[in-house]
Amino acid sequence: MSAPTADRMVRLLALVPYLQARPDGVRLAEAARDFGTTEAQLRRDLDLLWVCGLPGHGPGDLVDLSFEGDRVRVTFTAGLVRPLRLTTDEAVALIVALRTLLELPGLAEGEAVSRALAKVSAATGQPADRVAAVAVSVDAREQALSVVRDGLERHRALHLHYYVPTRDERTERSVDPMRLLLVDGHWYLEAWCRGAEGVRLFRLDRVDDVVVLDEPAAPPPQAEERDVQAGVYQPDAAAPVVRLRLARTARWVADYYPVERVEPVDDPPGGLSVTVRTADPAWARRLVASLGGAAVIDEPVALAEQVAADARAALARYGDRTGGEQDGAPAGG
Amino acid sequence: MSAKRAERLVNLVFALLGTRQYVSAARIRATVPGYEAEDGTARADEAFKRMFERDKAELREIGVPLETGRNSFFDTEDGYRIARTDYELPEITLTGEEAAAVGLALRLWQSAQLAGAAQGALVKLRAAGVEVDVGRALPLQPRLDAGEPAFEPCYVAARDRRELSFDYARPDEDQPVRRHVQPWGVVAWHGRWYLVGHDLDRHAPRVFRLSRVTGSPRASGPAGAFEPPADLDLAAVVAGQVDGEEQLVLVAARPGAAVGLRRRATVVGTTADGDDRLQLRTTDLTALVDELAAYGPDVLVEAPAEARQGVVERLTRLAGMAPGGSVPGDAR
Repeated sequence: MSAPTADRMVRLLALVPYLQARPDGVRLAEAARDFGTTEAQLRRDLDLLWVCGLPGHGPGDLVDLSFEGDRVRVTFTAGLVRPLRLTTDEAVALIVALRTLLELPGLAEGEAVSRALAKVSAATGQPADRVAAVAVSVDAREQALSVVRDGLERHRALHLHYYVPTRDERTERSVDPMRLLLVDGHWYLEAWCRGAEGVRLFRLDRVDDVVVLDEPAAPPPQAEERDVQAGVYQPDAAAPVVRLRLARTARWVADYYPVERVEPVDDPPGGLSVTVRTADPAWARRLVASLGGAAVIDEPVALAEQVAADARAALARYGDRTGGEQDGAPAGG
Repeated sequence: MSAKRAERLVNLVFALLGTRQYVSAARIRATVPGYEAEDGTARADEAFKRMFERDKAELREIGVPLETGRNSFFDTEDGYRIARTDYELPEITLTGEEAAAVGLALRLWQSAQLAGAAQGALVKLRAAGVEVDVGRALPLQPRLDAGEPAFEPCYVAARDRRELSFDYARPDEDQPVRRHVQPWGVVAWHGRWYLVGHDLDRHAPRVFRLSRVTGSPRASGPAGAFEPPADLDLAAVVAGQVDGEEQLVLVAARPGAAVGLRRRATVVGTTADGDDRLQLRTTDLTALVDELAAYGPDVLVEAPAEARQGVVERLTRLAGMAPGGSVPGDAR
């Protein structure tokens, strides 16, 4: 059965109990919103239900509705008083999401989530092992999340320390929070950074010592939410190009970062040549250094030379300790 | 669906929910409006039969528990009924805060499969009298399950316990390889989705990253074909595969440098050179060694010897790197 058909059947069967649970009646617009449909569609649904009922289909057997102005209520349910049980998918969607919320104590009141989870689990009547077909384990710093949420809810500015891995720096900023995002299992705060005068995404596990300030959050009109559908790394099309050659063990880089022009190469065997755009050469330098030789920079040349020079300087320190013959040699070089 | 068809299906539910007795197909045909009436021809009987079969299938698909059975030994064919206790969502009342948690939870999904299911659950909870507010003021854009085309087929196969085959491209293999799996479940772990299951070719449990599944996974064979382990914890399987034993690593870091390491290290003293001695804990030594090598001259690994050796090897390869030259190798 096609999805729209199933959706309409589920709605038709839920409408009578929905009205039954609201004996004072409901405004049509409100009911349409509750069912995620239009007012016109809801009217068609009610018209259809009006001619449905128990076998016999005499006046006393059919669903009876009464309209007063823009309000509707049910006066005879024909025995349809409760909604249908949740399907496995519905139970999974609900229970797994509640369990996820439990892992994110900063986001909703933990006690309330636990109680909702217990009640919903009892009411779904789904065997626990079916629900276990999906699990979510999220990484989140509880402390930062709850403070950030507090700032967002009360529309207050935040002061925080932010660790910037590409430069290995801890920075200090005042920001006007805009929203929280959960992307690929990490929480991000999108905020107007007053120092940088721009919208920035702050990954919460890199945020330290965040406090809510006693001043209102006031992102300026030009602060626009970023579209993160395609991920949080969104290279600027005009940013400089870095060309990398990846050995087999580093090919994961091509699925992890947005890369352009992926081409197989023979040197090294099974390798890939990829192009990345970044305004931050320090990012590429650190990435290549962390790959420990499984990737080389073909372009820009200066960046490749810098990686090699850093490695030589680091090796020299190990030489001092392991070789011993350089004891007493002048430092530096 | 035509209005006529919807009307007939709704009437069928009313008819079967209102009875304790099994109702024969002939009686359903006579009392539920919309079915082809009996006129003595085989054509009309055939048309009714086909229509009724389709209607039963549709009701079962949306989860209506349609039972078949006979009231007595004298019945010559099966009848139908819907047991009210199996049909009805049990009583559920939620406080305002609990309902707010449910409203927030249901917004976590983005895939058609689970976002659609979340909407279905919401409709039913509202019909049960629960006021769920989904327009909570918190500006939040969660996406638990977005951007993974393999999610739905893998989830559905795990739910139905059907065997699954797919092409899987490990980054260190040149060609995707066809894998055959009894899927136990899908799990998001540290921001990535995995399929956990029993690999039928390798005769062992395996974990697959969904983003490395190429093409569309195909389920085959009957539902309920296998049982996952009774005490299965999906996240623990993935964690167990990814994580090893915890190890302690000692490094010397230049004062003020290696800020990222310091965020999770303990300072345990000072070296003869005036560096800070940091102690780190890791369950993935290789990943930590990769990271330590990237700190360059700011960090000197002291112990264990395996980590120190690993960093020296990486630095040696990096130091020998010439622009446009060969990739020094990845003998890891």
